[in-house]
Amino acid sequence: MRVSKDVGHLFRFAGLFVLAFLVFLVVRHFVVPKTFGQYGHYRGAAMGEIAARSVKFAGHESCEACHTDVVDKEKNGKHAHVNCEACHGALAQHANDPTVKPVLPDTAVLCARCHTASAAKPKDFPQVDPADHSQGLPCQTCHQPHNPGMDAPKTDAGGAK
Amino acid sequence: MNISRRHMLILLPAAAVAWKSVLAGTSESSPNYKMSDHWWGMLIDIPKCIGCGNCVRACQAENDVPNGLFRTWVERYHVSDEDMTSPEVISPDGGKEGFPVAKEDQGKYFFVPKMCNHCADSPCTQVCPVGATFTGPDGVVLVDQTYCLGCAYCVQACPYGCRYIHPVKKVADKCTLCYHRITKGLTTACCEVCPTGARQLADLKDPNDPIHAFLKTHSVQVLKPQMATGAKAFYNGLDGSVR
Repeated sequence: MRVSKDVGHLFRFAGLFVLAFLVFLVVRHFVVPKTFGQYGHYRGAAMGEIAARSVKFAGHESCEACHTDVVDKEKNGKHAHVNCEACHGALAQHANDPTVKPVLPDTAVLCARCHTASAAKPKDFPQVDPADHSQGLPCQTCHQPHNPGMDAPKTDAGGAK
Repeated sequence: MNISRRHMLILLPAAAVAWKSVLAGTSESSPNYKMSDHWWGMLIDIPKCIGCGNCVRACQAENDVPNGLFRTWVERYHVSDEDMTSPEVISPDGGKEGFPVAKEDQGKYFFVPKMCNHCADSPCTQVCPVGATFTGPDGVVLVDQTYCLGCAYCVQACPYGCRYIHPVKKVADKCTLCYHRITKGLTTACCEVCPTGARQLADLKDPNDPIHAFLKTHSVQVLKPQMATGAKAFYNGLDGSVR
């Protein structure tokens, strides 16, 4: 009898601990996001949220689905491996809605970006000094951007449709 | 070996947790994308880089990167014959509008595109006090911007200088390896616009990815291998002077 009377305060103390632990579990349930710990020590749903952002570059497969004439022109030329949006810029808006008209790039800036001669560039990469090479004439006077070789048939200024 | 009841009780929950993470591998927005099928990295072929800055501009457009901050940038090295260990490095506005014309002279020039290395054992994720940055099951290092406090521990921890604090959102921001693109079957914006193929997205878990053949036949390095970060940006033709 005496023993149980003496340990009574310990049970009350233990009860407090259990209560505090239950409160902790309840608070934790509401505070910690559902997917925290799904894959590791982070919120798993964050990955889905980042993946759900919208794209701005459509990707060359989207372009090629419609612009098959340009693909045909490009495929035997030196620019066959250059994707459309490398020169034409981000065009997902145009791919989703063809009424959105893309702006035709300015070849004076565009061609020079890659092909201006510099000792820093790989030696086997085709480079020219723009001032000396064309005497100020626009590049597309002689070259067709989609197939820039001089032997390529020059049908129109760049073949943009 | 006999498994006692005590061991069984310890092992069962551990096995259950492990099995749960094996089954996990789906993301909500891209139903055909299975995280457990991928282990992403990037191949950067230095002899092919012409320093046009297409990747820098495309990255900023695709990801709304604030002006003056970079998720990827290009550096131009000039290494003289006399002093191989102190190269002259320039990166005007991250190489966004290209580089000044270099005159032929002594030594050598080359371009080094830089970006998040998506390390497997990343120092940046280890220092995060709140679990806001992490390496996903598919090997992409991401930031949960709703969880990030903006303490910038990760910005200091990254040995490659690939993180910054977003000036408007006040949270850590970095290359996501265009996670919103690769989960939809597209390549990253920087790879999409690279005119010479100097940058190529690589999936190390895909047996048909050309990265495997490339790694077998080329001398490929990662940046700062001594830091054991498990970096997955593989550099072909990397000069010893690159830091």
